[in-house]
Amino acid sequence: MSSAEPSTILQVQDLKVYFPITRGALFQHHVGDIKAVDGISFDVYRGETLGLVGESGCGKSTTGRGVLQLYKPTGGDVIFKGQSLIKSRPNEIRKLRQSMQMIFQDPYSSLNPRMTVGSIIGEPLEVFNLLPKAQRRERIQELLKRVGLNPYFINRYPHEFSGGQRQRIGVARALAVEPEFIICDEPISALDVSIQAQIINLLEELQAEMGLTYLFIAHDLSVVRHISDRVAVMYLGKLCELTDRAALYDNPMHPYTKALLSAVPIPDPDTEEQRQRILLEGDIPSPANPPSGCRFRTRCYMATDRCTEEEPEWRNVGDGSRAHWVACHHV
Amino acid sequence: MAALLDVQNLETKFFTQDGVVNAVNGVSFHVDEGETLGLVGESGCGKSVSMLSVMRLVSPPGRVTGGKVFFEGRDLLTLSEEEMRDLRGNQIAMVFQDPMTSLNPVLTIGQQMAESLRLHMGMTQAQAYKRAIELLEMVNIPEAANRIKDYPFQFSGGMRQRVMIAMGLSCNPKLLIADEPTTALDVTIQAQIIDIVKSLRRELGMAIVWITHDLGVVAGLVDRVQVMYAGFIVERAEVHEFFNNPLHPYSLGLIGSLPRLDARTREKLVPIEGLPPDLIELPKGCPFFARCRYRVAKCQNENPPLKPTRRPGHEVACWVASEKQMEAAQ
Repeated sequence: MSSAEPSTILQVQDLKVYFPITRGALFQHHVGDIKAVDGISFDVYRGETLGLVGESGCGKSTTGRGVLQLYKPTGGDVIFKGQSLIKSRPNEIRKLRQSMQMIFQDPYSSLNPRMTVGSIIGEPLEVFNLLPKAQRRERIQELLKRVGLNPYFINRYPHEFSGGQRQRIGVARALAVEPEFIICDEPISALDVSIQAQIINLLEELQAEMGLTYLFIAHDLSVVRHISDRVAVMYLGKLCELTDRAALYDNPMHPYTKALLSAVPIPDPDTEEQRQRILLEGDIPSPANPPSGCRFRTRCYMATDRCTEEEPEWRNVGDGSRAHWVACHHV
Repeated sequence: MAALLDVQNLETKFFTQDGVVNAVNGVSFHVDEGETLGLVGESGCGKSVSMLSVMRLVSPPGRVTGGKVFFEGRDLLTLSEEEMRDLRGNQIAMVFQDPMTSLNPVLTIGQQMAESLRLHMGMTQAQAYKRAIELLEMVNIPEAANRIKDYPFQFSGGMRQRVMIAMGLSCNPKLLIADEPTTALDVTIQAQIIDIVKSLRRELGMAIVWITHDLGVVAGLVDRVQVMYAGFIVERAEVHEFFNNPLHPYSLGLIGSLPRLDARTREKLVPIEGLPPDLIELPKGCPFFARCRYRVAKCQNENPPLKPTRRPGHEVACWVASEKQMEAAQ
């Protein structure tokens, strides 16, 4: 990545997604906001996988949806292939959506139980009017084959499939419009371990074959390490750290990243016996009322007065060849 | 030393409209005093149902159809419901996966914790509350004396799980059965809980059966590992032995399909192809036959029993997995 300037497919600039808190049944008035995503910036390069990790409620899924404009961002900008999605008109966004697709977490609720597999995968083709009707069936069968399902399954319903097979259907649906960029929102966390590996391998193969770009959202740091080129760590609506995979896992700088990595169990009893865990105290604070200054300071083992008063700046501490973004006063 | 829990040929079936689901198919295992046994497997492998059967908590259409469950020499399956109730929560406690649905939402934490203390330990309400506060402090709930008046919804997921563990431990059980207690939690919270369990185990010396699908958690916590597949135990070994020298093709598959945080290079994962068998129509031979990379003709017709290997304490249910052959295959 260092030799040629990587081309940016997506730029996220100071993205904010707030959900209003209202009181009153009839005359609802606005009393506050859940700041699910509170000003984050990152780029995604063409052909890479950017992993976005964090614990539940940190805003990683909301970020994904904010990028696709499934939630209307409260502030900031999302620029896809040089075009701002915020400033675009709805029909322009619709056109761009053809190149941006999403794979959802729950393969049970993300497929309409009343539609056949063929109509689920064919729907995007119909929406974008991509192929003449006569050729659609052939294309759907080709997609089924590509994701490792039998093309004869085209007339079956989702309930006839296992979790892993349903997720393959979700992948086929995303691929139908030949997108360039796919947001994978926890695509494997509902699946059993042996099935997870099948889906990860499928996503990797498809990327190599079609040059896809992924934003891979997950809470499992081992999986993210396996699939990502670069990794961003998120906590309570903000990014803590963003750098390439090796740097993040071998040389984490943010105290939260360090704690998170130390908490992941490793399937090797000898390693486990020798590991030093950084145990964090307490729970994640509410995003409606985040702590002042640095948001991690209430659980941070390095926190000082400065962390209470001043919000750490999102800055690049890497050298010329490798960017390493981090938001912490103590780095 | 006699085992604390000794399960022999346990069989549990669910009699559903679609047919008889063979959830647990004649499993035998024991848990020694003070020992932690890890029960590993994927969804539907029978790991939870086998422990629910031990507790006699399988509800219709499910039924324990065979076997014996000795706890300190008494067969639990022959006890009256009253005797069993006396034992549950007292000698054997169970902590469930989902702390939201296993706590009663309309009772305060204190009321729920005091109940078992009054019932089993004969405490007065005041004594029970005092003990409940101690227990909450033991699992690191801050301001326990105040929080005891709160309702479950006022606690976070991690705190609710710690409450469940405190409740499980309230009567000093000899055996704690933990059914995926950290699966629904974030890793940093999971690390907190496991840390608490480890130190309580040291202090109280209870035996634990830890049910999980996470081999990472198993590696850091248990003494022995027992792998289940389609209602059978397919492998059992001491924890170091298991990870250093897994023998059953299913165990190998599970380990191979796991991306590891400490992996040196980015290797391609080796998934287990296919799906687990239908528990209504179990195959005649080895249940793993259809997905196995090492299968031979014999596997299709005869289900291999769990047998000791030449390695001490290491048992495996596989025709092919005699040591040499597996080493050559690796």
